[in-house]
Amino acid sequence: MEMREVISTGNELAALAGVDAGCKFFGGYPLTPSSEIMHVISDLLPKIGGTCIQMEDEIGAICAVIGAGMAGERTMTGTSGPGMSLKAENLGLAQMAEVPLVCVNVMRGGPSTGLPTRVSQGDILQSKNPSHGDYKSITLCAGSLEECYTETVRAFNLADRFMQPVIVLLDETIGHMHGKAMLPTAEEVKKGIVPRKKFDGPAEEYFPYECGPTEPAVLNPMFEGYRYHFTGLHHDKNGFPTEEIETCRKLIQRLEDKVAMHEDELESYEEFMMDDAEIMIVAYGSVSLAAKESIRHLRKEGIKAGLFRPITIWPSPAKKIKEHTDKIEKVLVVELNIGQFHAEVERASSRLDIDGLFKVNGRAISPHEIVSKVKEL
Amino acid sequence: MAFNYDKYLRLEKMPTLWCWGCGDGVILKAFVRAIEKMGVSQDDVCVVSGIGCSGRFSSYVDFNTIHTTHGRTVAYATGVKLVRPDKLVVCVAGDGDALAIGGNHTIHGCRRNIDITMIVINNFIYGLTNSQTSPTTPQGMWTVTQKIGNIDPTFDTCELAIASGASFVARETMLDPKKLEKAMIKAMEHKGFSMMEVLSNCHINLGRKNKMVSAMENLEWIDSITVSKKKYDAMSEEEQLNLFPTGILKQDLEVREYCDMYQDIIDAHQGKRAKITQDDFAKKI
Repeated sequence: MEMREVISTGNELAALAGVDAGCKFFGGYPLTPSSEIMHVISDLLPKIGGTCIQMEDEIGAICAVIGAGMAGERTMTGTSGPGMSLKAENLGLAQMAEVPLVCVNVMRGGPSTGLPTRVSQGDILQSKNPSHGDYKSITLCAGSLEECYTETVRAFNLADRFMQPVIVLLDETIGHMHGKAMLPTAEEVKKGIVPRKKFDGPAEEYFPYECGPTEPAVLNPMFEGYRYHFTGLHHDKNGFPTEEIETCRKLIQRLEDKVAMHEDELESYEEFMMDDAEIMIVAYGSVSLAAKESIRHLRKEGIKAGLFRPITIWPSPAKKIKEHTDKIEKVLVVELNIGQFHAEVERASSRLDIDGLFKVNGRAISPHEIVSKVKEL
Repeated sequence: MAFNYDKYLRLEKMPTLWCWGCGDGVILKAFVRAIEKMGVSQDDVCVVSGIGCSGRFSSYVDFNTIHTTHGRTVAYATGVKLVRPDKLVVCVAGDGDALAIGGNHTIHGCRRNIDITMIVINNFIYGLTNSQTSPTTPQGMWTVTQKIGNIDPTFDTCELAIASGASFVARETMLDPKKLEKAMIKAMEHKGFSMMEVLSNCHINLGRKNKMVSAMENLEWIDSITVSKKKYDAMSEEEQLNLFPTGILKQDLEVREYCDMYQDIIDAHQGKRAKITQDDFAKKI
């Protein structure tokens, strides 16, 4: 793959990735620490004939994004915790009506206004179910500058594949980190674009929501002769509201199964020094960088630690976690919240003796702290 | 020859969920006739509705249709319009949709003057959900949440739209479908944000405890609170107090439309024009 060297920040790379992946519309609202995404994309999009609009609020931003997505474009928004909370209801509509979009959440301290300028990973569980009701979220988590770019690109392709919102989690540290990144060229990204499926038969034979029980809807762009209906209500094969018992059941089951039955397409993780590991550290996002540093120290002292880093957070790489936790006795989850992914590791491993190192004061976890904790295990 | 609505309706969705005697059907028919007269292809129209009785509007008409969350019609429509500026984008919202939960999107749609027509069906009550107070419910009227009388001051949809910067503002009632149809055509043909308020009845949920239990009583009340703009303008302030003027209340053909202005941004970024400065605008502050 042809690569290029870019010096930038995580937030800026997410914006660049969007444009390279074919995004034509960005709707946003200023929200620290994610605002740089909009700062950058407001220049990049008009250059290619796209549109960036600063809406009147976070709700307006996600609604405009969904509207542009219904029209047929690749779309994106960027925000942080309070904005995610406000976007939640309409992310639910996008799940229900199966409208693809990419939502980047640069995590800051919460709940509520929390710690606006400081790092956190407190939105892990929120990203699993931002809105009410049953559906299966897809959430990716960048652990490096490179991944701020590559995971955003992947998010666009997954959104179109599964016809639903894909959340990309950065955290404040990753988002504001500034440095050199080796990225695939824009041409390489373009080659990898898989656009959403389209029906090209006669309009009277088109039923956007009539698809296999584990497949997403096929939503043609608006204004192309295939007139149908989008709604957040339970709906039939044409998208029209219905309360018919079997149709309702099948719809919600399909929203679950279109993701659940294709988890192999979504699974993504990194293993670092795991081959001979006797202690497994689980960490993601910026914390994984500290974890890697701590593992290098521990190895020098003869302690065989390794890192398991989920990249696709939801659905979680539960099978792989179980495979490791069945063999490795000492497992430590390190995260900037009070055990949000720790609970998932417990679930996946069917073990209740998983250790945790948590921090919720807006400060990063240092490699030294991880080293000390590992030695206590 | 009688007008044939079939082409524009999703006949398999009939009958509508609207109550016997509801004004929504009259408004829907006026809208369909307006589209036919404008000669716009059904494929080139997007109808966006919110939540409430008016929310069902979009599922009955055969266009590209979106039934959004409560209050967000203008925000969804903004996304559609910005990526497809050559298409006709129409929002249909109720008074609760447009002025309560979605008030922020309404005023900012007006402010941007984006080329969207917003039809606000104002029946002065939350009808679908059984008579809760709306931002247009007259003070002193009974609602299920204020059973001894509503104290909440009311919004005037059109005054709000004018103050917020909409370049076309009109009000009609469902009592005169011909006038309504003509006003709708003007609203949709106008380039810029068009606020088209339509006063309608809800004898079921506004009328039942406010002495308007039949559709006719409710319509007579609407008739009694409306007067043409011409007559209204000739009245004293005291006479105007409890009346709504109908007709075109504002049309500004000078103010620029938002998608057009955004094209300036695209052109500037692509080096086809200079940066945008304050000199580009007549209004400086």
